[in-house]
Amino acid sequence: MRFAFSDEQLAMRDAVRAFLEKECPPKVVRDAWTNDTGRSGLWPRLGELGVLGVLAPEELGGFGGDELDLVLLLEETGRAALPDPVVEHAAVAVPLLDDARTEAAAAGDLTVTVAPPSGLVPYADSSDLVVVGDQLVDPGALELRRRESVDRSRRLFALASPPSSINLASLDRAALGVAAQLVGVADRMLTMTVEYAKERRQFGVPIGSFQAVKHHLADVALSLEFSRPLVYRAAWSIAHRDEERSVHVAMAKARASEAALRAGRVALQVHGAIGYTTEYDLHLWMKRAWALAASWGDAAWHGGRVGRAILDTETLPEEH
Amino acid sequence: MDLTFTEEEEAFRAEARAWLEAKVPRPPLPSGDTREGFALHKEWERALFDARWAVVSWPQEYGGRDASLMEWLIFEEEYYRAGGPQRVTQNGIFLLAPTLFELGTEEQRDRILPKMASADETWCQGWSEPNAGSDLAGIKSRAARDEANGGWRLSGQKTWTTRGAFCDRLFGLFRSDPEAERHHGLTYFLVDLRAEGVTVRPVERLDGDEGFAEVFLEDVFVPDRDVLGDVHEGWRVAMATTGSERGLTLRSPGRFMAAAARLTELYRRHADHGALDADPTVRDAVVRAWIDADAYRWQTFWTVTRLMEGGHTGPESSLVKIFWSELDVRLHETALRLLGSRAELVDGDDAAWMKGWQFALSGPIYAGTNEIQRNVVAERVLGLPRR
Repeated sequence: MRFAFSDEQLAMRDAVRAFLEKECPPKVVRDAWTNDTGRSGLWPRLGELGVLGVLAPEELGGFGGDELDLVLLLEETGRAALPDPVVEHAAVAVPLLDDARTEAAAAGDLTVTVAPPSGLVPYADSSDLVVVGDQLVDPGALELRRRESVDRSRRLFALASPPSSINLASLDRAALGVAAQLVGVADRMLTMTVEYAKERRQFGVPIGSFQAVKHHLADVALSLEFSRPLVYRAAWSIAHRDEERSVHVAMAKARASEAALRAGRVALQVHGAIGYTTEYDLHLWMKRAWALAASWGDAAWHGGRVGRAILDTETLPEEH
Repeated sequence: MDLTFTEEEEAFRAEARAWLEAKVPRPPLPSGDTREGFALHKEWERALFDARWAVVSWPQEYGGRDASLMEWLIFEEEYYRAGGPQRVTQNGIFLLAPTLFELGTEEQRDRILPKMASADETWCQGWSEPNAGSDLAGIKSRAARDEANGGWRLSGQKTWTTRGAFCDRLFGLFRSDPEAERHHGLTYFLVDLRAEGVTVRPVERLDGDEGFAEVFLEDVFVPDRDVLGDVHEGWRVAMATTGSERGLTLRSPGRFMAAAARLTELYRRHADHGALDADPTVRDAVVRAWIDADAYRWQTFWTVTRLMEGGHTGPESSLVKIFWSELDVRLHETALRLLGSRAELVDGDDAAWMKGWQFALSGPIYAGTNEIQRNVVAERVLGLPRR
C-alpha cells in the first residue's frame, strides 16, 4: 500500500499549475464569458504541455499515461477554472479515437467533446467531433440548439435526441474528471476566501478572527480533506481496472460535488455583498461549481449508484 | 501509487484475522465501563498481550511486534471486523505510551510499558478539572515540592476521568509553579490511585455506566521518578499526548468500517420487513455513513503513506478528530432511525445501537471539543488570525 503520487506526477502537476497561473488568470475566464467560443485560446499550448494527450500512446505523440497521471492535471484545470472541454477531450474521448485522430487530439489540433446523458454538449460549435453514445459524430450532422449555462464560459448546445446509453467506461472517466475539477474549484474558492477573511476588517478586526467565520471555513477544509483521497483512489481504480471502480468513482463524484457546493456557499457568505457582484471574481468559480456538481450525475445520483452496490446485492459487502 | 497490500501486509492480516476469529469473546463482553465488565476486559487484554496482539506497533521488548503504521491499521480493521471488545487499556496504550516513547526515561519505559500493555496496570487520564475543560491551561490542581522525600505533593481535583473508578494509575497535569500562569509552570505526573490521600468517586454517565469518576487528591506523594518530561514543562509534554489522541491513534478507520458494515446489515434486515416505507430517506443516510467510513479509510492511508515516507502530521489531525466523531454520531443516528420505535429498547439484540449512540454523542466533546478543533483548523491549518 502506497497512497501517494510519484515525483514525476507531482512535477507535471506543478508545471501545469504554473502554466495556468500565468496563462489562465481570471481575466481569461471572464473573457470566455463573452467571446465567440467560450474558450481560453490555450488549446494548442495545452497540447504542447502534454495535458491533452496524457491517455494517448507515446508513439502517437501522447504521454502513454493513465488516469492517475491525468487526475492531478484536471484538478489544476478546475483550480484555474479553465474554460475548455478538457475533461471531455482528454479524459473521455482520447481513448476512443483512431490513431490519426489520437495524434491530432494529443497535439491539440483537434477538439473532441462528449454528449453527456443530459444531452447538453459543451463547446459543440468549436469542436471537431462529438462523442454520442458509441459514435463519433461531426457536430454539423447533429441537431443542436444553443443553450445558455449559468456559467457563461460553458458554451452549451442541447442535442435534439440525447444519447440513449453511455458507455460505462466513458461515464466513469467523465465523472472522475469532473470530480477532480471540482476539488480544484473548491480549493481555489477556499484559498480566495481565507485571504479575503484575513484582509477584510469589520469592528476593527479581520473578519477571519470571528469564530463563526472560522467554523464555516473549517467545514470547507473538512469536506475537501475527505473528498480528495476518494478522487485519487477512484483514479487508481480506473487505471488498474479494479472491479469496484464504478462505485469508487461514484463515491468520489458524490463527495467532490458536495465539497464544491459547500465551498461556494461558504465563500459567498464570508465575502458578503462583494461576492454577490459579478465584477468580483468569486462568481466565476462558484458558477462553475454549480454547473459541474450537477453534470455527469450529482451527489444524489452517484449516492444511488453506491447504494445499489452496497445495499441491493445478494451477498453482504465483505470488504470496503 | 499502489493501492494493493504487499504480501507481508496480507500475511499479517491473515494471521490477525485467524487469531481474532478464534478468540474474540462470544457473546460480547459486558461494557468495560462497569466494574464486572472491566475485570472481564482485563482478562481479554491479557489474552491479547500473551499472543502479542495488544500493542502491535510497539517494539518487541515491550510486548509489541514492531509493526508498521500500515500494519497497525490493518490490525485495527481486523479487530473491529471480528467484533473485538472495546480497549479498556486505550488511554494508556494510545495516549500515555506515545509520550513515554517520546519523552520518558529508559527506566520509566521499562517499568511502565509492559504492565500497561498486559493490563496488569491500567491507566486513566487526568486532564479535566471542574473549571478547566476545553480551556485546559486553566487547571488549578497543585504540586508542591517535597525535597526531603525526593518528590512532590499533589492536591486538587480531576474530573470526568474515564474508568477512573477502576484504573490503577492516572497521568495528568498539575501546577508546580504557583507563580506561573496558563501554559507555564505545569508538570506532567504519573499518579498511583492507591496512594494515601487519593479519593475516587464514581460518576454515572449518560449511558448509565459508572465509567466516569471524580478524583480528589489531598497531599498525595509522587516520587521524582514519576515525573514525565521536565519539571514545569508539562504543557509541552501533554501536547505530545493530545497530538496522538487527535491524530492517528485513538479511533482508527477500522472501527467505523465495521460499524458501517453492521449498519448495512441492519438496513437489509429492515428492508426485508418493509419497514422503510415510512422513511425512504434513511437509505441515503446509510449510504452516507458507508461513504464516510470509506473516505476516512483512504484519508488515513494517504496520511500514513506520508508518515511512512518521513513526513509529519500536525494540526490537520484536528480535521480527523472532527470527521470521525461526527461520522460516528451520524452513523448511530441512522441506525436508530432504522430501528424506529424499537430504538429505545436497551435490552435485546439491537440494544448496542442505543448504547453506541450515547457513546458517540461524547465524541464531539472529548479529546478537545469539535468547536476547539474547528478553531485549530481555521487558525493553524488555514492561517486565520487568532484574535
